[in-house]
Amino acid sequence: MKDAFGLPQSLLVLGGTSEIALATARRLIARRTRAVWLAGRPSPGLDEAAGQLRGLGAEVRTVAFDALDPAAHEDTLGKVFAEGDIDMVLLAFGTLGDQAHDERDPGAAVRVAQTNYTGAVSAGLVCAGALQAQGHGSLVVLSSVAGERARRANFIYGSSKAGLDAFAQGLGDALYGTGVHVMVVRPGFVRTRMTAGLPEAPLATTPEAVAAAVELGLRRRAETVWVPGALRMVMSALRHLPRGVFRRLPV
Amino acid sequence: MPADTVSVTGWGRTAPTAARLIRPRTYEEAALAVRECGPRGGIARGLGRAYGDAAQNAGGAVLDMTGLDRVHAIDADGGTVLCDAGVSLHRLMEVLLPLGWFVPVTPGTRYVTVGGAIGADIHGKNHHVSGSFSRHVLSFELLTADGRVGTVVPGTPLFEATAGGMGLTGVVLTATIRLQPVETSLMSVDTERATDLDDLMARLTGTDHRYRYSVAWIDLLARGRATGRAVLTRGDHAPLDALPRGTRARGEPLSFRTSRLPAAPAFVPEGLLSRTTVGLFNELWYRKAPRARTGQLQRIPAFFHPLDGVPHWNRVYGRGGFVQYQFVVGHGREDTLRRIVRRISARRCPSFLAVLKRFGEADPGWLSFPVPGWTLALDVPASLPGLSGFLDELDEEVAGAGGRVYLAKDSRLRPELLAAMYPRLDDFRALRAELDPRGVFTSDLSRRLHL
Repeated sequence: MKDAFGLPQSLLVLGGTSEIALATARRLIARRTRAVWLAGRPSPGLDEAAGQLRGLGAEVRTVAFDALDPAAHEDTLGKVFAEGDIDMVLLAFGTLGDQAHDERDPGAAVRVAQTNYTGAVSAGLVCAGALQAQGHGSLVVLSSVAGERARRANFIYGSSKAGLDAFAQGLGDALYGTGVHVMVVRPGFVRTRMTAGLPEAPLATTPEAVAAAVELGLRRRAETVWVPGALRMVMSALRHLPRGVFRRLPV
Repeated sequence: MPADTVSVTGWGRTAPTAARLIRPRTYEEAALAVRECGPRGGIARGLGRAYGDAAQNAGGAVLDMTGLDRVHAIDADGGTVLCDAGVSLHRLMEVLLPLGWFVPVTPGTRYVTVGGAIGADIHGKNHHVSGSFSRHVLSFELLTADGRVGTVVPGTPLFEATAGGMGLTGVVLTATIRLQPVETSLMSVDTERATDLDDLMARLTGTDHRYRYSVAWIDLLARGRATGRAVLTRGDHAPLDALPRGTRARGEPLSFRTSRLPAAPAFVPEGLLSRTTVGLFNELWYRKAPRARTGQLQRIPAFFHPLDGVPHWNRVYGRGGFVQYQFVVGHGREDTLRRIVRRISARRCPSFLAVLKRFGEADPGWLSFPVPGWTLALDVPASLPGLSGFLDELDEEVAGAGGRVYLAKDSRLRPELLAAMYPRLDDFRALRAELDPRGVFTSDLSRRLHL
């Protein structure tokens, strides 16, 4: 069960090798979290992540999960929930793709959309149903500022996150009053493996900062969290720029 | 039976979860609800005054017992009452005071049910004299996990597990309670100020035995030499001859009058209770108290239940809610108490409802909270930064001194500390395993703390 501060005792991470997710897991383990499920494609990286969290004192189990195989989600995730209540689900999987390449390779672009959006729709609905049945829990969805307004430079990724973001908001409204809390997290540029080598955007942040914002959002039962918080103002200004101006921005 | 799925919280308004709310109107309906509560179990709920998650059951059933609210029989000569578990202490006062009887124990609110009073084994300002509520329970009927009803009397394991057992042994349906005789419905109250914590403890230790009721409001924002300054209010039921002749009070000495202010608004901005506002309140509260006054006549609500005068007062903390922290440490552990008070004061927790009390003998309930010593209770807004970690540190101090926190108020304890705080936890778990192997009685509290 979550305590008065929204801190979970059990955590299911979808996308078990995500650096943001693991930073969040480390932070929550230092508080109340004792049981962690890491769901992801079986890999040495997943096992290593599990080992690292075990070292912090959590009981960690891994489960094979592929965002691109939605037909299996019900079964895979159903087994996790059957083992006991999950206080918090962190939907953290996603891929950035390679915009320049993906524009020439529609198949690759579709895989970005399928991972970030349709995979999340499937996994999100399965988890939402299970959380609703247990009558409590938080579904924390890692969206992105890129979904707030699609940019020329990464609109394939951005559009997939826009879909995810809209889906998660609607899901949150659908679950209002059911004891299930949906929180959309919109980080800006986060320094991780996924963004390594890319030019850093203004207001760049770290996985640890996102984790801290998630913990605060849980306590406040927030519906939307921007990381860093200043992005909320920045993006609300950018959202209203005329197309012609927005197009010319060097972002 | 109609059942709505609703979002439920405790009085602190933190950690909402959804449950099917069932309101049985008869014992048979209650038994049916228990038999059919489904895989996620059920838990009884009274008036929802437990601060944390004790009367919530995510995804399961919550039995609203306030529909069972009959006072069955009053023995006006012997001083006992037989009533349903859903009867509130407020209702008992209404019917009993005109007959010259008072409830044996009342907490800081009279809007608690008899069932809840047993489940939390509540205490009041008279604990140092009278012990907890369950000490005055002559018997109760308990609906157990198998759907059967049995009579439970003091001295049996089931009684001692149920008193303070947070509703996890079954659903109390009725109880017979021994009452306190009174000549009037007024209180004769002595008020005095204590200049700091040591002065306060000295006064409580020295003269508590002269009073049936005793409590101290403590200013946890005071710093330096004033750390722990307090206002003591102690008293007893006023005898008839203490009431001035020719007054209305003397004419109707047993009338029970209450008055309520307008309710707190549904929306209160977060941060209304800040260090500044609470500091100001505390300063005024301390200054307005007389340095020493004796024999003041007060009505029962003013003396016992001042907050009941403002319906929904828990809303003043805003939608983030608040955490109530209450612990007890034994006699001889005054150093721990001093250290904790200093730490709270140094941290500037905006707490305006802090009370310190000296407990008497421990009560027989396995999970009953009181042990002889000092208990401190404070309210803190849940949104206070770093509060979670700070209270964890206080828990370590309390557990290290052999003390404990009060389950009826808890919403955040680390489960690992529970066994150290409640040595009879294993007995409780063993009895539950035998009596309720399927875990029919389940609450968010029992899930969180693995009770």
